[in-house]
Formats: sequence, structure tokens, C-alpha cells
Amino acid sequence: MTIKEIQEEIIDEFSMFDDWMQRYEYMIELGKSLPLIAEQYKTDDNLIKGCQSKVWVHAELDGDKLLFTADSDAIITKGIIAILVRAFSNQKPQDIIDADVEFIDEIGLKEHLSPTRANGLVSMIKQLKLYAVAYQTQLK
Amino acid sequence: MIETTLDIQAIRKDFPILQREVNGKPLVYLDNAATSQTPQQVIDVIVDYYKRYNANIHRGVHTLSQEATDAYEAARQKIQKHFNIAHSREVIFTSGTTHGINLVASGSTSFLKEGDEILVSAMEHHSNIVPWQMLCGRTGATLKVVPMNLEGELVMEEYHNLLSDKTKLVFCNHVSNALGTINPIEEIIEAAHKVGAAVLIDGAQAAAHIKADLQALDVDFYTVSAHKMCGPTGVGMLYGKEEWLKKLPPYQGGGEMIAEVTFEKTTYADLPHKFEAGTPNICGGIAFGAALDYMNSISFDAIAQYEDELVRYATEQLLAIDGLKIYGTATHKTSVISFNIEGVHPYDIGTIVDKLGIAVRTGHHCAQPIMDFYQIPGTVRASFSFYNTKEEVDKLVEGVTRARNMLL
Repeated sequence: MTIKEIQEEIIDEFSMFDDWMQRYEYMIELGKSLPLIAEQYKTDDNLIKGCQSKVWVHAELDGDKLLFTADSDAIITKGIIAILVRAFSNQKPQDIIDADVEFIDEIGLKEHLSPTRANGLVSMIKQLKLYAVAYQTQLK
Repeated sequence: MIETTLDIQAIRKDFPILQREVNGKPLVYLDNAATSQTPQQVIDVIVDYYKRYNANIHRGVHTLSQEATDAYEAARQKIQKHFNIAHSREVIFTSGTTHGINLVASGSTSFLKEGDEILVSAMEHHSNIVPWQMLCGRTGATLKVVPMNLEGELVMEEYHNLLSDKTKLVFCNHVSNALGTINPIEEIIEAAHKVGAAVLIDGAQAAAHIKADLQALDVDFYTVSAHKMCGPTGVGMLYGKEEWLKKLPPYQGGGEMIAEVTFEKTTYADLPHKFEAGTPNICGGIAFGAALDYMNSISFDAIAQYEDELVRYATEQLLAIDGLKIYGTATHKTSVISFNIEGVHPYDIGTIVDKLGIAVRTGHHCAQPIMDFYQIPGTVRASFSFYNTKEEVDKLVEGVTRARNMLL
């Protein structure tokens, strides 16, 4: 599936929820199901700055596709990064660089997240894209 | 019911912000240790200043300037009276506690040398750690830390051991912002003076709960922020004993702080103006005075009595939640409850209860050394004021329980 298709699938899933409670419960569930990052990658280098909780992201190439694994010590944050990993992992670096992130607004995350959290979300997206840029250069 | 002589519902009507809703729910404001809310009486003073007599002070001969100067200096006298300070020239208006600390830290450069020692407590806010580290960097003095125990109380035996004739300055908060501990500052000040050290007490967290008598304390410096005690942000006061304030060099150069200026030489103004360069926060200073009037009209004794009861009730109710642990269980503490639930990140709890209209603080509360001490990433902190109610405590407990059930 393309990034766009995955994002639409996520929007569909979130549209089933009536209120913030259900939305958060789903994110918590997603957080719990996120494949954990290998312990050796939970290093300070892989920490994303700008989040009140700790978020680690690791990226590696599999052929011409970029794989992300991630973890956080806070479960809601983990749910958010799980959504981002689902949307961007196993895609070509150039597609990740080109992808827009409006789906975050559409699933009602941005407006429901506190300002510090929103900054964390922005930092997470920025970090995933930075990895894509770095590996794109490597692929060339 | 919580026993009190205060009419809490009438008091709540003084605070317009308490009437608002957050996320469709009535606001439950429990972040008072970060900033307190502002009563209409203080808001009116701010509006009146800008509507009627906004002018620059101390220099103008016109009526508005005179009126503004009179109101600003009257506020200084209110602060003097409130804290029982000997002279109004010992009251320096600042932008807040951090400014006051930096003013003293910066000035202390002139009389510290290598080998001198500075003591700080283990439970300081970053604003009472970093300026002293910077001071040590400039002078070669050494920073020593007075440890705390698991209850969040200073180990006073260690404090007395650390004191020596090398100790030149001692810094400690009156009340810890992260734990609520009331520190034994009387003992700290007396012992420091015996070895000839000066003491600065950070009164930011104490100011809304304890009316400090600075002459009785015999403290050398004491600093507070207005916004923690129903006043506006961006204004505070530094008290310094006259002998110390004369000894310290000016902090910033500019207008207001000079006596005479030529390109060859400047002579500085007398106290307190020597430390008040530039146009100050005039409206803020006047509103600070109004905030003191407001709080005194309620009575600090009644406030302390009510808050003690409220915190006792909240502690009891919160501890009934499975897996909840409170950090900071000192015998003497004010209205701060810092807690975590086993297996849950404080940030997740803060996020969920915000959805329920409840404002608490999460994180390290600008006191990372305390979090390192307990080996936790942070806590959830609920901090109470005299306008909070038993019903709000119940909502907090309900919200935290709900968050726990969602997150575990």
C-alpha cells in the first residue's frame, strides 16, 4: 500500500469513534501493540528531542525501503508513534520525504493534543523525514 | 465537609477564570504551584492603571507621572509591611524570583574567591541551581549540596557538617515546588550566620501559603514572584538587608539606577533604585500590591488552615487509588501533592485528566535532581489554593482513577 492509502485507512478507523475517550483508548491499544525497538537501539542518539516523554526511533534499509521501529516510555506517545510508523515504515525514502501529514489533523490528533505534545508530534514527523533524507542520499 | 471560616464559594466568585470550561467540563485548576489565578480585584487595578494614569514614574513632573509614582511606591510599602521589612529601600522590584536570584548571584562575583564554598539544598528549582553553578564558574568557588531523605526532608545533620568558615553563601527554598516540603529555614539561617555566611531564601512557593516575617527570620535575602500569590506575571520582589544591598554592585546599567552620568564616570542612585535600571513593570508592581491586599483581606491564617485540611483530604483520597505513590511526605508541607501510579507514565495521566477539564502539572517540575534522586522521569503534581474545593479534589481522584483504568 502507498503512504496515502495507509493514511486513508487510518482516517477510516478513527472515523468510527464518537468521542475523545474512544480515540485515546484506541491509541493506547495501538501503543501496546507497537513492535518494540531492539534494546540496543534505545540509545540517546535515537532519542527525539522536544517530547516530555522519551521517544526512540530507529531506521534501517531493507532493499530500497526504509523500516522504522520505535518505542516510548509513555503509552499515549507510543500510540502516536505507532500511527506514524504504520504510515511511513516499509516505504521508499523518497515517498516518505514527499508524503504530507494532513491525516494527523483529520484523525483529530493535533487539536486534541497539548501544545508540548503537539511539538513532540512535529518533532517525531521531522525525525522520520530526516531519516528518509539521509537514506535517500545513501541509496543514490 | 472541610472545616473553615472562609466562604469558599464567595471567594471563587472573585476569580472569573474559575467560571470557564475546558474541553466541555468545568475547569478544575490544580496547577497553583506553577501560577495562581487572578481575582477581579487585581484585574480591576490593572485595567484602572491603563485607563486612568499610565505614565512613566520617578521623573515626570506631570500629574499622571506623580500618580503612577505614588501608586508604585505605595505598592513597595505594602510589600514592606507584608513581609515585615525594616525599610522600603530594602525592597527591590524584580521581574520575578529568578531575576532576584540572578541579581544576587551576579553581584556575589565581586566577593567570592577560589576555595570559597556555596551550599544549596538537594531540592532546589533549576533557577536556584544554575545561577550558582555559573557563579562558581566565574569565581572558582565550589558548589556543595545539602542532601535530602526519602521523605523529601533535608538531612540537617549533613547541613551542619557541611558548614565551615569556607562557606560564604547558602541557598535554599522556603518550600519545595516539586514536593511541597517546608524547609527549616530558621535553623538554616541561624547556623549559616554562625560561620559568617549569607543566606538567600527562595520564597516563590511559600509566598501564597506562609506570611514570612523577614526581620524575625534575620534572613539576608528573600525573593518571591507576584504571580504565585494572585498577582500578575513578570513582577516580583527581592528583599536584601541594607548592608548587603550596599555591598553588591548594580546588576544592570541604565536609566533610573544612576545619580549622575558623564562619559568619564557614573555614580549610582541610592537604594532601591540602584538595582532598578530602566522603566520597571509599573502596572505589575501596583497590581502586586493589590494582590497582597486581597490575600491579606482573606487572612493567611485562615488560608493555611483551610489548605491544610484540603491537602489532608486529597492525600487520603489519592492514596486509596491502587498503585499510587506520593513523593514528598515531609511532616511539614504545603499544598503540593506529587505522585505517580505504578506502571504509568505521569505524562499519560496528565493528558487524560486534561480531557476531563483538570489542570495538573506533569514532568520534572524544573527540579531534575529530585527526579534523579527518586529515579523517576517525573511526577504528576496537583497543587492547591484556597479557592479549590473538596468537590474538585473528588473530581481529581475520579479523573486519575479513570486514567489509571484506561492506561493499565
